[in-house]
Amino acid sequence: MTTATHVTDHAHDHHDHPSGIMRWVTATNHKDIGTLYLWFAFIMFLSGGVMALCIRLELFQPGLQYFRPELFNQFTTLHGLVMVFGAIMPAFTGLANWMLPLMLGAPDMAFARMNNWSFWLLPPAAALLMISFVVPGGAAAAGWTLYAPLATQMGVGMDLTIFAIHIMGISSIMGAINIIVTILNMRAPGMTLMKMPMFAWTSLITAYLLIAVMPVLAGAVTMVLTDRHFGTNFFNAAGGGDPVLYQHIFWFFGHPEVYIMALPAFGVVSQVIPTFSRKPLFGYHSMVYATASIAILSFMVWAHHMFAVGMPVTAQLFFMYATALIAVPTGVKVFNWIATMWKGAMTFETPMLFAIGFVCLFTMGGFSGVVLSIAAVDIQLQDTYYVVAHFHYVLVAGALFSLFAAVYYWLPKWTGHMYPEGRGKVHFWWSMIAFNVTFFPMHFLGLAGMPRRIPDYATQFTEFNTMATVGAFAFGIAQVYFLFFVLLPTIKGGQKAPQRPWEGGQTLEWEVPSPAPFHTWEEPPARELVDKLSAEQKLH
Amino acid sequence: MSSSQTGYFVPQPSKWPLVGAVALFFIGLGAAFAVNQHSLGYWSIAVGAAILLYMLFGWFGDVIGESEGGRYGANVDLSFRWGMGWFIFSEVMFFGAFFGALFYLRAVSVPELGDMIHKMLWPDFNPVWPTAVAPNGTEPYSAMGPIGLPLINTILLLTSGLTLTVAHWGLVNNNRGQLKLFLLLTVALGFTFLGLQAYEYHHGWTEMNLTLASGVYGATFYLMTGFHGLHVMIGAIMLTVVLLRSVKGHFKPDHHFAFEAAAWYWHFVDVVWLILFVFVYWL
Repeated sequence: MTTATHVTDHAHDHHDHPSGIMRWVTATNHKDIGTLYLWFAFIMFLSGGVMALCIRLELFQPGLQYFRPELFNQFTTLHGLVMVFGAIMPAFTGLANWMLPLMLGAPDMAFARMNNWSFWLLPPAAALLMISFVVPGGAAAAGWTLYAPLATQMGVGMDLTIFAIHIMGISSIMGAINIIVTILNMRAPGMTLMKMPMFAWTSLITAYLLIAVMPVLAGAVTMVLTDRHFGTNFFNAAGGGDPVLYQHIFWFFGHPEVYIMALPAFGVVSQVIPTFSRKPLFGYHSMVYATASIAILSFMVWAHHMFAVGMPVTAQLFFMYATALIAVPTGVKVFNWIATMWKGAMTFETPMLFAIGFVCLFTMGGFSGVVLSIAAVDIQLQDTYYVVAHFHYVLVAGALFSLFAAVYYWLPKWTGHMYPEGRGKVHFWWSMIAFNVTFFPMHFLGLAGMPRRIPDYATQFTEFNTMATVGAFAFGIAQVYFLFFVLLPTIKGGQKAPQRPWEGGQTLEWEVPSPAPFHTWEEPPARELVDKLSAEQKLH
Repeated sequence: MSSSQTGYFVPQPSKWPLVGAVALFFIGLGAAFAVNQHSLGYWSIAVGAAILLYMLFGWFGDVIGESEGGRYGANVDLSFRWGMGWFIFSEVMFFGAFFGALFYLRAVSVPELGDMIHKMLWPDFNPVWPTAVAPNGTEPYSAMGPIGLPLINTILLLTSGLTLTVAHWGLVNNNRGQLKLFLLLTVALGFTFLGLQAYEYHHGWTEMNLTLASGVYGATFYLMTGFHGLHVMIGAIMLTVVLLRSVKGHFKPDHHFAFEAAAWYWHFVDVVWLILFVFVYWL
């Protein structure tokens, strides 16, 4: 499309949809809704980040300095809930919204109005969580897992959290249905399932996991609610129930949830690495099968979160082996990414840096996961900082770094401007170093026995905690730098982005102008184009 | 604006999602305070429910208008089918959580509470299912047997599945009288089921001393049959809307997704009931 027609398109756009605030609250356009999701996720990321910094501030030195222990517990709980349900998950849904129709050659998402409802349920849910800080008794303080019997005590804050989870669950399920139906029903002619971009595959399987487990979480918190207020005894032994039952139900949701946050990250990295290696993705089919295997296995490993509560040895062995088995498909993925880079004409723009950072650090998080999967070891390390280090390696250096890779990769397509490459690199290296300064020492703290979710610690843990706090604040400042020195300048202006900012990109989103016009693929892409791109990616 | 080539309908900007979000905010906020006996909570729920009703009427009204206006092509129809199928799958998983809890309680936690260690705590507890009294309970209660109302309800629901299929045949063969008559019959059977269940609850609560607090038996009994009943109510309301639309002359033999969606949902509720009947009432 030439610049001239692009300009006319843009002028035409303004008659098409309301402007100002109404454009956003009544949106049915997948790009607008994707933008809403991404901004919401970023705001939640900063809010959850502030809570994380409060936690680190308190742990800067031993003793109680700044916060009451009750408030500290509220910070750890809400930090987890906000980051999982408010930041990482909505960010990936936002990416899927923005990119799936572009990558699949669809005019929009399958259910454009419901799409907007999925988004607009999130701010009310977040508001309920934030309101819970100011009600009597404060916010939920049982940890993000909301274990009974802690969760069957506490005040109104816990009830607000329960209803916030219900609303976020409704939002996730509708968003996931939208993603699945869009992928199954709206692909361009010629784009078979096995010719889809890997990001579409991981989004599809993630959405399946979401529909399978979010209702289970809804069931779990509903039982907590009735135990709290309606006299039931699901989690109370005196009434015939069992607090361990909560853990089983929660982790039946919770472990697939881990992959809900990891699989889309794999998808993003599988788009970025081939582009900057100028080679097709190595082992596309094995990538698809590995993703599906991880999803299936994720339903069979939940009790590895519960080795310390006591269970029959047979069950321990089963969950231990099943968990270790997940390392196989995950390893397939890591080796495929490395094989994609092998002998590629690689360049190291910011998206690629974040993707490579992802591969290195996620693999480390995976390894510490294999360590934790060993029941005998886990009983020692359960609820120590080793676990905190492990899941921050997979969720921050994993999920979050892949999100940064995605933002840098597609920012030219979204805004029509190139981001400042130098500043992007500064953001990457700053985040990379600060992340490791924060979380690497936590391995040592955990191995030495420092428990998590406690506002004070024995003095021998001081040095590593001080180091982690310094790293955490540096990491936080890096994200503020990203907002003010990369993101906002790129949106407001900057060097104009060509239609193909990366010559290695071989998916359909690079066939539309930059910035992507309000409506794209109203006519599906030509069959020849789809076939040509598939051939370039060596997809048959 | 529908795209010309594929004919896929992309709706205009709409206020309904925001209205729905506001509604759920008031309901969620209100519910959190209502369960703690704050009277403002009930008001907030009422406001939220009113807004939600407004949204449901408006949103479904728009969808029905668009459908009857011929805006939905075959591709949109297929999207709706996938969407409804996955929605029902999410409902299956919701009930799965409760069935999982039931099986765990029956197979693990109740037997364990009767083992040697727990004899120290509750020497009188008899770990059989259904438990006659909770470990710390003083007031015995009776369990709801399968014969009687539950069996009648099973027959009612199974019959309603049959009448619904006959109604569908009427629609497909363009026999509108058959469609309306059997749809009405289905809806009537559905609401009769709900009436009998209400009676059963009343009987259990007042005469059998069976409450939510009656050990885990009472908890699983009321929550599982209660959530099922809620879904019967939703399904019956869906079928009522379909019935009213049929009376107004909506649906064609080859274009009636709303009917089929409601029917799928109804059969799903039916199947859940059969499993409930076996594991909650019978075994």
